[in-house]
Amino acid sequence: MTALLQLDRVEARYGPVKALHGISLEVGEGELVAVLGANGAGKTTTLRAVSGTVRRTGNVVFEGTKLPRRPDAVSRVGIAHVPEGRGTFSELSVWENLRLGAYARRGSVNEDAQRVFKYFPRLEERRNQQAGTLSGGEQQMLALGRAIMARPRLVLLDEPSLGLAPMLVKEIFDRLERMIADDGMAVLVVEQNAALALAYAARAYVLEVGHVVVSGPSEELRANESVRRSYLGY
Amino acid sequence: MENVTKRFGGIVALDSVSLTAEPGEIVGLIGPNGAGKTTAFNVITRLYTPDEGDVRFDGESLLEVPPSGVVNRGIARTFQNVELFRGMSVLDNVRVGAHARHGEQSPEELLFYVNLHSVRHRNAAELSYGTQKRVELGRALASAPRLLLLDEPAGGLSHEEVEQLGSFIKKMRADYELTVLLVEHHMGLVMSVADRVHVLDFGRKIAEGTPAEVRGDKQVIEAYLGADA
Repeated sequence: MTALLQLDRVEARYGPVKALHGISLEVGEGELVAVLGANGAGKTTTLRAVSGTVRRTGNVVFEGTKLPRRPDAVSRVGIAHVPEGRGTFSELSVWENLRLGAYARRGSVNEDAQRVFKYFPRLEERRNQQAGTLSGGEQQMLALGRAIMARPRLVLLDEPSLGLAPMLVKEIFDRLERMIADDGMAVLVVEQNAALALAYAARAYVLEVGHVVVSGPSEELRANESVRRSYLGY
Repeated sequence: MENVTKRFGGIVALDSVSLTAEPGEIVGLIGPNGAGKTTAFNVITRLYTPDEGDVRFDGESLLEVPPSGVVNRGIARTFQNVELFRGMSVLDNVRVGAHARHGEQSPEELLFYVNLHSVRHRNAAELSYGTQKRVELGRALASAPRLLLLDEPAGGLSHEEVEQLGSFIKKMRADYELTVLLVEHHMGLVMSVADRVHVLDFGRKIAEGTPAEVRGDKQVIEAYLGADA
């Protein structure tokens, strides 16, 4: 598999506090890759380092070329970031949020919006509703829908299961899987629900205090004693 | 809460919902997204005024109380999406919690209790999501609550950390003689800490009982847990 995204010894810090101590990882074309780890391990920072929303050092290569550092430039080369807590524009309508997802690219929005509505019919029902008045689960769908409006090659997805009811969590991952199959996009997902992430992801990386401590195919990680104890609970 | 109805335009977010929490109880509130769980919290904390029904705390109707008076009576909460003062340090956030009402413990002491003392001077917004949730917990405890409302406290925590959180919620109840109302999707957590569980769906209460009773309820399984849960 060709690597779509490659991180080579990436470091990042918040003021004096170093959050990433040299992370190396890869995401292949059309691959779903999970990042697991405890609270504060650097999972969110890893996604931020890619999207340029935190300052980083080290090499990041996307589709064979060096990835720009500015978030707007990262978005234009085909990487969409769905931050934790969703970050939808709460004063704007569902439809306006979706249109903003396509803001940085050329071409029509209608076709892509129809695609989003196909994955998330609920958003079509609520297209004129203010995003801030949606339920938590609907906002998560909107954030994901807005990301795919950009026609990304890679989606950075931070805790999609956060705040979702058990039934909906599985639904989101099912739809994610369908989007990957339909559109060939790749996904780098941070997820606390490790059992779920490992059920859908091809491979995963486990972070501890800013280092990759274990990585490999999901199947291997599921069999790994310490991963099981800390993240799967059996 | 007695027969509380809350409408937003044509949407009925809560439809004549009654629920109770006895002193010292940990009560779980579960249900699908959009069921009205957070709306219930917002009604109790007076962010919303219900269209019908009453909310009573220790016998007194809260409908007469302004939102600012809720904390003075000993009700504190955390938020689903974390609502901290972003430009402020962890310590200052907890100090805000002690502004209107406080107990014997100083904010510094509370920070030891929630295990955040080492990051007390960090900007709250810089911390990881799970840690920010703990800052909210510290801020809530700083107002010496009698009733603590927790809105998805397990968000952003790994399996191991959720287990620790479960023990911590029980420890808080014992140490501070709290009554706890817990909105949470992590069923493992709800089942292990709650004495009683209320289930909401589309603004209506569809079930109430012990965790075991609720988990076996057909309606709850269909609406919320899914067939393979």
